[in-house]
Amino acid sequence: MAKSSIKIRAKTKKGVTTVKALMTHPMETGGRKDKKTGKLIPAHYIQEVVCKHNGTTVLTANWSGGVSKNPYVSFKLAGGAKGDSIEISWSDNKGGSGTQTAKIK
Amino acid sequence: MSTDMKRRIFLKGSLAASAVGVAAGAGLLMPQQVLAAWPKAAFEAKSIPDALNALMGSGDTTTSDKIKIKAPDIAENGAVVPITVESSMEGIESMAIIASANPVPLIASFNLSGSAMGFVSTRIKMGKTGDVVGVVKAGGKLYSASKGVKVTIGGCGG
Repeated sequence: MAKSSIKIRAKTKKGVTTVKALMTHPMETGGRKDKKTGKLIPAHYIQEVVCKHNGTTVLTANWSGGVSKNPYVSFKLAGGAKGDSIEISWSDNKGGSGTQTAKIK
Repeated sequence: MSTDMKRRIFLKGSLAASAVGVAAGAGLLMPQQVLAAWPKAAFEAKSIPDALNALMGSGDTTTSDKIKIKAPDIAENGAVVPITVESSMEGIESMAIIASANPVPLIASFNLSGSAMGFVSTRIKMGKTGDVVGVVKAGGKLYSASKGVKVTIGGCGG
């Protein structure tokens, strides 16, 4: 699952940059049972998400399995100009990770 | 089950009051957690004060009207509940989203730095009807606000 799996939209308006990101991930809590076998599905979820603006970390998110499948996250930055880079990376409890960079529009 | 239900209602009614009491007790029992990359203890905690204590060093929150939680009144699908926590406070260090009725109450925490503003939005799972609590740490203090969300189909079971 180490493929790049993040979609990022970043837009700046009136001095505020809104970043929206969508990641592809199963986000298994570990508390769910497989209906066919009755066994617990092992936990597999994103634990940490780091968002960088022009290389500076602006947001670090720590998640549990309580975040929905294919997680969506949005945040706002004061300032930010068109063409600035936004980098988002995640890592999960099984050692998987993903990174994506986008430019502010 | 019925006692559990009563307990749930009781918890809801006196969330703020009980949070203070339990936090004081938890503070004595739990050693200060060394902050790792991922706060394991906070996500393993079964109660909100325990989780906050492990995450932010205190389980004591003050209710604030400067925190806005945007969540649906009724969530048809508990697997995907859009939540937005917004605050106009100055000096926000971190924000957390908690679903009080979930087996693991602490869902997400966001550490803000640099130019990040007091706004985070995400989608969470909710096992059953309960309060969504938004906690904001600003200037070393914890503030919270909550909003009840009615879940018609739970999102945690299989």
